[in-house]
Amino acid sequence: MSVATRRAGPAIPADPARALSERRPLGDRGFQILALACGLLVLAILVLIATSTSQQAALWFSTEGLKVFSKTWNPASNQFGALSFIYGTAVTGVIAVVLAVPLSLGVALLLTEVVPYRLARPIVYVVDLLAVVPSVVWGLWGILVFAPWIQHIYASIGSAVTGIPVLENLFGPPTSGASFFTCGIILAFMITPIVTSLSREVIATVPAIDREGAYALGATRLEMIRGAVWPHSKGGVTGAVLLGLGRAMGETIAAALVIGSSPVITSHLFAPGYNMPAVIANQFGEASGVFRSALIGIGVLLFGITIIINVIARGIVERSARRQRGA
Amino acid sequence: MTAITQDRGPDLREPAGWRRTKNQIATILMVLAFVVVIIPLGFVLYTVVAKGISIISVQFLTSPIPPIFAPASEGGIGPAVLGTLEITGLATVMAVPLGILGAIYLNEYGGKGLLGRLIGFFSDVMTGVPSIIMGLFLFSIWVVHFGFSGFAGALALGCLMLPIVIRSTYEMLRLVPDSLREGSYAVGATKSRVTMTVVLPAALGGIVSGALLAVARAAGETAPLLFTILGGLSTANPNVFSGANIAIPMLIFNNASSPYSGAQARAWGASLTLIVLAFLLMITARLVTARFSRYSRY
Repeated sequence: MSVATRRAGPAIPADPARALSERRPLGDRGFQILALACGLLVLAILVLIATSTSQQAALWFSTEGLKVFSKTWNPASNQFGALSFIYGTAVTGVIAVVLAVPLSLGVALLLTEVVPYRLARPIVYVVDLLAVVPSVVWGLWGILVFAPWIQHIYASIGSAVTGIPVLENLFGPPTSGASFFTCGIILAFMITPIVTSLSREVIATVPAIDREGAYALGATRLEMIRGAVWPHSKGGVTGAVLLGLGRAMGETIAAALVIGSSPVITSHLFAPGYNMPAVIANQFGEASGVFRSALIGIGVLLFGITIIINVIARGIVERSARRQRGA
Repeated sequence: MTAITQDRGPDLREPAGWRRTKNQIATILMVLAFVVVIIPLGFVLYTVVAKGISIISVQFLTSPIPPIFAPASEGGIGPAVLGTLEITGLATVMAVPLGILGAIYLNEYGGKGLLGRLIGFFSDVMTGVPSIIMGLFLFSIWVVHFGFSGFAGALALGCLMLPIVIRSTYEMLRLVPDSLREGSYAVGATKSRVTMTVVLPAALGGIVSGALLAVARAAGETAPLLFTILGGLSTANPNVFSGANIAIPMLIFNNASSPYSGAQARAWGASLTLIVLAFLLMITARLVTARFSRYSRY
C-alpha cells in the first residue's frame, strides 16, 4: 500500500478531488446538470400526471363520494359508478394473461432451449412484429374480421353448454362477436411479444453450469427445464407476466373497438362488456362537467392500478436479475 | 459373439420410454406455441394488405378526407398523413434528445447512487403507463388551458417515447467499454467531452435504432391523440401549434365503427399506410444496427 503510494509519488496532488473540481470548466458542470434535469424529468412527469389528472377528477370524487364504486353508469341521469368498468378491466386482463402466458413461455423456451441461435433470431423478429402492428389496426381487424368469424364459434359453444351448471354461466348465451373474450384474445396477441422477450431474458440468465449438470445426470430436456431452468427463473417470469397484465389492462383502442360497449357486470364471457380504457376512449368526445370528470377519474384509477402492478413487477424482475448475477 | 455385442445394457444416449415421449411432447408444444402466435400475425397482415392495397394511390395519400359516407373512390387521407408526420416528427425532436440526456445521466453520472437508481426504476415503470393516460394528462395540463392542437398531441407522444428512448439508450451506453472512457480521461478530456465525442459516437448505431423503434411505436398510437388533437377534420391543418389536427390512427379509429363500406375501405388503406410506415422504420433500425454494430463491439 505504502509502496504504491510512494511510486505514484509527486504526480498526485495533496488533495486530488479538490484540485480536479477547481479545474473543471463551467460547460462540463452545465452538461451534468442538464443530464440530471432530463433524468428528473421522468419523475416530474409521473408526479404531474398524478396531480393534474386527479385535479380534473376531483369533481367526480366530490359529487359521487363512495358511489364512484357503484354499479350504475348512466350519464343521462348523472350516475357515474365505475364498478362495471373495473370488473371488465380485471376480466379482460385475466383472459389475456391466461391465454398469452402459455404461448409466451412456450416460445421463450423454444428460443432459449431448443433452436440454434441462427434460427432463434428470425423467430424473435417475427414475434416482435406482433408488437409493430398498431393497436388501432388490431381493433379494426378485430371488429371487421375476427369478431364476425368467432361469433359462430361462441354461438355453438353457447348452445352446447346450455344446461350445464357452471359452464352455462361462463360460456352460455347471450353471445356476441364483440365481447369480453374477443377483447381478451386480441389483448393476448398484443402482450405476447413483451411477455416472451422478458421471459427469454430471464431464462437466458440461468447459469450454463446448472443446465449441463442436469444433462450430466441424464435428464431429458423437459426434466432439465423443470429442474434447472424453472427454479431459477420463476421469479423473473412472474414479473414478466405481471408486466403483461399491466399492458393488457391499459390497452385502449383495440379494446374500445372489440369489447362490445355494454357497462354490465356479468359472468358471461362471450357477452358484450366494457372496461376502463375503452369507456374513456369511446365516451370522452361527448362528455363535459361531471361526466368528463368521471372519465378522467377512471383514468386516475387506471393509472394507480397500472403503476402499482408495474412497481411490483419491476421490483420482482430486478431482484431476480440481481440474484442471478450474484449466483 | 453376436449375443455378447447385443448385450450392452440400456442405451445411455437416449432416455427410454415415457420420459422420452414426454420430452418430445413438450418440444412439440413449444413449436405449437410459436405456430399459434404467427397465425394471427399472418392473418392480420394478409387482411390489411389484401383490403388496403387496392385503394392505395398517390391520390389517396394526398387528397382531403371526404365525408364518412363517401364511396371508396372519392378523396383520401392526405390531412391525416400530414398530421401524423408533423406530430410524430415534433414528438421525436422533443423526446429523443431529452431521452438520450436522461440515459447519459443514468449511465455516466448518477447510475449507482440512490437518485440514479430511483430515476432508472421509474423510467422503467413509466414504459408501462398506458398510452391513454398520457392523453388524459396532456388534456388536463394543456388542452383545458390552451385548446386542442397538434403540439399537445406531440407532447403526449413525447411523454410516451421518453422512457423508451431512455431505456434503449441506457442499454447501449452500458455496452461502451470503460477502457474507451479511461483512455480519453488519460489525455485530459473533461467528462462532458468524453461523453459527447467518445461514448455517444461509439454507441450511436444502437441509440439511433432504439429511437427509430420508439418513433415506430408512437406513430401508431391513437389513445394519446384522442384527447389532444380532437380529429374530425376534412382538410389539412398545417399549423401544428393551434387548432384541431388529424392523424392516420385517429382516422382509422373513427372509420372502424362506421357501417359505410367506403369509410371501411379508407380505414384499411390507412392501416396499410401505417403498417408500411412502421415496417420501414423497423427495417431502417435493423439496418442501422447492422451497419454500426461493429462500433459497439470493442
